[in-house]
Amino acid sequence: MTKAFPIFALLTGILLSYALYMALVGAPTEQTMGDVQRIFYYHVPSAWTAFILFFINFAASIWYLIRRNPTADIVALVTAEVGVVFCTIVLVTGPIWARPVWGIWWTWDMRLTSTLVLWLIYLSYLILRRFSSSGQTPVLAAALAVLGALCVPFVYFSIWFFRTQHPQPVMGGGGSIDPRMLHVLLINWLAFSCFAFLVCWSRYRLEKVQREVEEMQALESLRDTPRSVR
Amino acid sequence: MNSHVYLYSAYAAAWIIHIVYLTTLVTRYARLKREIAELKKQ
Repeated sequence: MTKAFPIFALLTGILLSYALYMALVGAPTEQTMGDVQRIFYYHVPSAWTAFILFFINFAASIWYLIRRNPTADIVALVTAEVGVVFCTIVLVTGPIWARPVWGIWWTWDMRLTSTLVLWLIYLSYLILRRFSSSGQTPVLAAALAVLGALCVPFVYFSIWFFRTQHPQPVMGGGGSIDPRMLHVLLINWLAFSCFAFLVCWSRYRLEKVQREVEEMQALESLRDTPRSVR
Repeated sequence: MNSHVYLYSAYAAAWIIHIVYLTTLVTRYARLKREIAELKKQ
């Protein structure tokens, strides 16, 4: 696994560079919005990647609640953290795209507001994991993650059920897209998915070692404690 | 404002967010390495 990491990292780097080239140069220019529409190739794949990571977080949290498996707990933590990073990108690139197209940075419509709420839920999950030292923290966090995951389909389908400023979904929502644009979109999604996997992999290893070190430190401090105190 | 400014700002923002997160990971790795070295000394 360790040997595969640099090879996979190199391939991901090449794929990300190619995806960036295709997004900025290879994809055709949209007729109404012009070049600013190319933000789409970062905005949408980041959202899809965040949704997938939150879904893995949901599955790992359920697994942890059933089995109390530490690996599931680490997977849940890691995917939530990386998912929040991708969701942050969605919330930042969205308004930058909206300003020249809609004339406003933000509007409190259902899609935008529910995405912000989703981001806040997972941010509170991470704050809980970071600052609570109770032994029950992983269980509480897993329960919060299960509730937070319910928000994901709501965010996705909000543009189907409510009148929003946000455009219809690219796939499965009645919208149409030029096949060349779809091709570039899927390349970018693949590149971001590989990148997310790579970051999750590194973060997983870091968390595993971190927990081992904390265990060793606890044992060490126990050994240093005088017998009378024990 | 030119639409290219918005386009490049969005791409730059995305990569800045990734780089900031990766930097926090590298910092955590470095701190962990120090802690392991201290434990080995003991």
